[in-house]
Amino acid sequence: MSPETPEQAPAPEEQATGTDPKPEEAQVERADPRNPVSWLPTLVETAVAIAVALVIGALLVVLSDQDALEALAYLFTYPADFFNAAWDAIWSSYSALVRGSVGSGDRLATTLERAAPLICAGLGVSLAFRAGLFNIGATGQMVFGFLAAGYVGFTWDLPPVLHMLVALVAGVVAGALYGGLVGLLKARTGAHEVITTIMFNYLAASILLYALSKDAFQRPGSDNTQSPPVADSATFGSVADVHLGVVLAFLAAGGVWWLLERSTLGFELRAVGSNPDASRTAGMNVSKVFTVGMLLAGALAGLASTMQVLGDQSSLSPTLAGNIGFDAITVALLGRATPLGTVLAGLLFGALSVGGVAMQASAGTPKELAQVLQALIVLFVAAPALVRGLTRMRSSASGSTVQAKGWGG
Amino acid sequence: MGRMSAATAVSSTGAVAVRDRADVQRQVKLAVVYGLVLVTLLAFALTTSDSTVWYTLEERVNRKESPPVEANGALVLWPAVAVAAVAVALAALNRVPRSWVGVVVHGLVGVAFFAGFLVWVYADQANAGAIVMTNPLPGTIRLATPLIFGALAGVLCERAGVINIAIEGQFLMGAFFAAVASSLAYSAEMGLVGGVLAGIGMGALLGVFAMRYLVNQVVLGVVLIALATGLSSFLLSQIPNDPDVKQYLNEPLILPRIEVPVLSDIPVLGPTLFNQTLLVYLMYLCVVLVSWLLFQTRWGLRVRSVGEHPKAADTVGIKVNRIRWQAVLLGGALAGLGGAYFTVGSTGSFDNGASAGNGFIALAAVIMGRWHPVFASLAALFFGFMWTLQAQLAFLDKIPGELLRASPYLATVIAVAGFVGRVRAPAADGEPYVKS
Repeated sequence: MSPETPEQAPAPEEQATGTDPKPEEAQVERADPRNPVSWLPTLVETAVAIAVALVIGALLVVLSDQDALEALAYLFTYPADFFNAAWDAIWSSYSALVRGSVGSGDRLATTLERAAPLICAGLGVSLAFRAGLFNIGATGQMVFGFLAAGYVGFTWDLPPVLHMLVALVAGVVAGALYGGLVGLLKARTGAHEVITTIMFNYLAASILLYALSKDAFQRPGSDNTQSPPVADSATFGSVADVHLGVVLAFLAAGGVWWLLERSTLGFELRAVGSNPDASRTAGMNVSKVFTVGMLLAGALAGLASTMQVLGDQSSLSPTLAGNIGFDAITVALLGRATPLGTVLAGLLFGALSVGGVAMQASAGTPKELAQVLQALIVLFVAAPALVRGLTRMRSSASGSTVQAKGWGG
Repeated sequence: MGRMSAATAVSSTGAVAVRDRADVQRQVKLAVVYGLVLVTLLAFALTTSDSTVWYTLEERVNRKESPPVEANGALVLWPAVAVAAVAVALAALNRVPRSWVGVVVHGLVGVAFFAGFLVWVYADQANAGAIVMTNPLPGTIRLATPLIFGALAGVLCERAGVINIAIEGQFLMGAFFAAVASSLAYSAEMGLVGGVLAGIGMGALLGVFAMRYLVNQVVLGVVLIALATGLSSFLLSQIPNDPDVKQYLNEPLILPRIEVPVLSDIPVLGPTLFNQTLLVYLMYLCVVLVSWLLFQTRWGLRVRSVGEHPKAADTVGIKVNRIRWQAVLLGGALAGLGGAYFTVGSTGSFDNGASAGNGFIALAAVIMGRWHPVFASLAALFFGFMWTLQAQLAFLDKIPGELLRASPYLATVIAVAGFVGRVRAPAADGEPYVKS
């Protein structure tokens, strides 16, 4: 595909930038992805967005700091006191955030392991976005992955590597089937995927609770809704201090890139995402694309679930999925639904969430601040016009590759 | 229901002039669905040995003042089977009209199914009369209140062409600031004001980023939810546990129930509709208000036109973004009221994630209700009803608890996949308008 593809076609090259201007920005000249000068402004914009988010975060840090608040009372008599206290609070919080996430090899490994499920689930959401589907259902798809991978992991008895592979495949397939069902329902009956994925999340939560109330999933001799961890033979081995799942996450990102940019199926996905009617007229099977798109998205969410069950050796519990499924949407959106972007966004979110805990432990700043920072960063990255206004940067052609703009149909 | 599909091949006399595929599909679908209902009802009727059930019209069992009434469930079960059988026959012969008569038929089958199901569930108790059927309607209205506020907010924004996924975020901020305002002012009603202001604030954020900075609105909604989740738990963590301070920040008063004189004495309906909190009465008012605004006023016509075709609206001199701003802010206020339900309207103090995913259910109600305030409210009532029923049936061991928990969501998937089908959003929903 050449950069001269028609207006509707998505970005030909995978860049964190994307090159598909919204129709209303059509008067802006288009970025050529092969020319670094044209996408550099987008990098700068992203950096500025992160900086603005950090500044707002700093205000919140000051507001949550006892010393700074006490000094604020006599701001006009001794202004230096307040600024010193505020600076101390900001510096100790942010340095704890950085040290806690990337400060040492050990912390870096934790960050990578935290980022791996976010990247996989985020890739699933991204892939669905490119096909014009808004997949809120990563949580439910992950729960099915937990059930299958966990069951194989702690009840079957197989030789070490084979056991891990079987459990991995089981988790991926279970997630894929649960995701594919959403696509099938949309293709067959037109049921809107936003409704069905929301409902399927709740359904999966009920099914998980049901499974955890049965002996097959419970720890022997316990009535808690908690399963045993998987057998040692089913865990991911470690590669250079991190578990194999991290490697799998990067491989998955490469696979998604190849699928989207180099394969026929990927072309169909992007075409349907851009304009389902035109794709149907061109002879593409839109129903098949919806089903396969959701199937693959579910498979990626299933892969994310194995990171926790087989990688961290967590036991199944009603709260295991946590916020990953929802954060995956934010990660995918921050990464503009491109594989490289999703990986970078996943790493950033992993670092923020690992660092947030460290920040609370050493500087006493609530870890919820990390969550606020994540949201603010995405908000400002998504609003290039605002960032440009702040920095008086010349307008650049940063578009969005996210296809799900409206409700589709 | 099914009558909305494209084909209208049945003439007024019911004779089929031309059969297109959609018409055949509808016939098959109706016959299969009604057939399933009939089979299930027959199974209920045949497996019930002692069909005596006890019921009371009160919301809670009060054996002294209004003792439960004994009724023979067979008198409900078999007529329900008969209704389903007639419906199956009509569907098989393709005699279910597409007009309002068809809707009545669908409704009758639905009522028959629910009645038969209830009799089956409550019959054959090991300890006869121990568990009494209670009136599920007051609980339905209560649980549906925040959903309806949220759905109305979604409908208003999206009719004007601004996608509002952030209902959950508006709920959370509304809930938090309702708790704070109520605690500060020592008045539950001031809590509502706090909720409205927080909702308007969230609406303003949505408006600024969607209309001023042209952010993709799907992205924006997700981000605003994440922001509200993080911000509300950050602010909550800033409230010290010291009771002297906490009572001014997170120990709100709860709205009292108000009995409307005369109206609350109507049997069944009175206690259902007219013995509720101020927030519920506001909800009735808002459903009427939003429907009237959207469909009877000049402003509503403008809202709908900027949501369908902003360029045409602009051409005739309508200020597109001004109308959208008004709709988004009004929607924010409504969602803020819905958020207030989770603190001053029900449990009191704010807790992390107080709205517990209700915003997503409200979003589903918007889509199920096809972006219409009344239908979206009905979809919200459906969820409220299923939740109430689920809580009541949890006392009986006839159905596993986990299946009961899943039933509202399963029912939604079946309803959406089977009957609602493809829906059409306002044409310009999510498209920012830039004057060129």
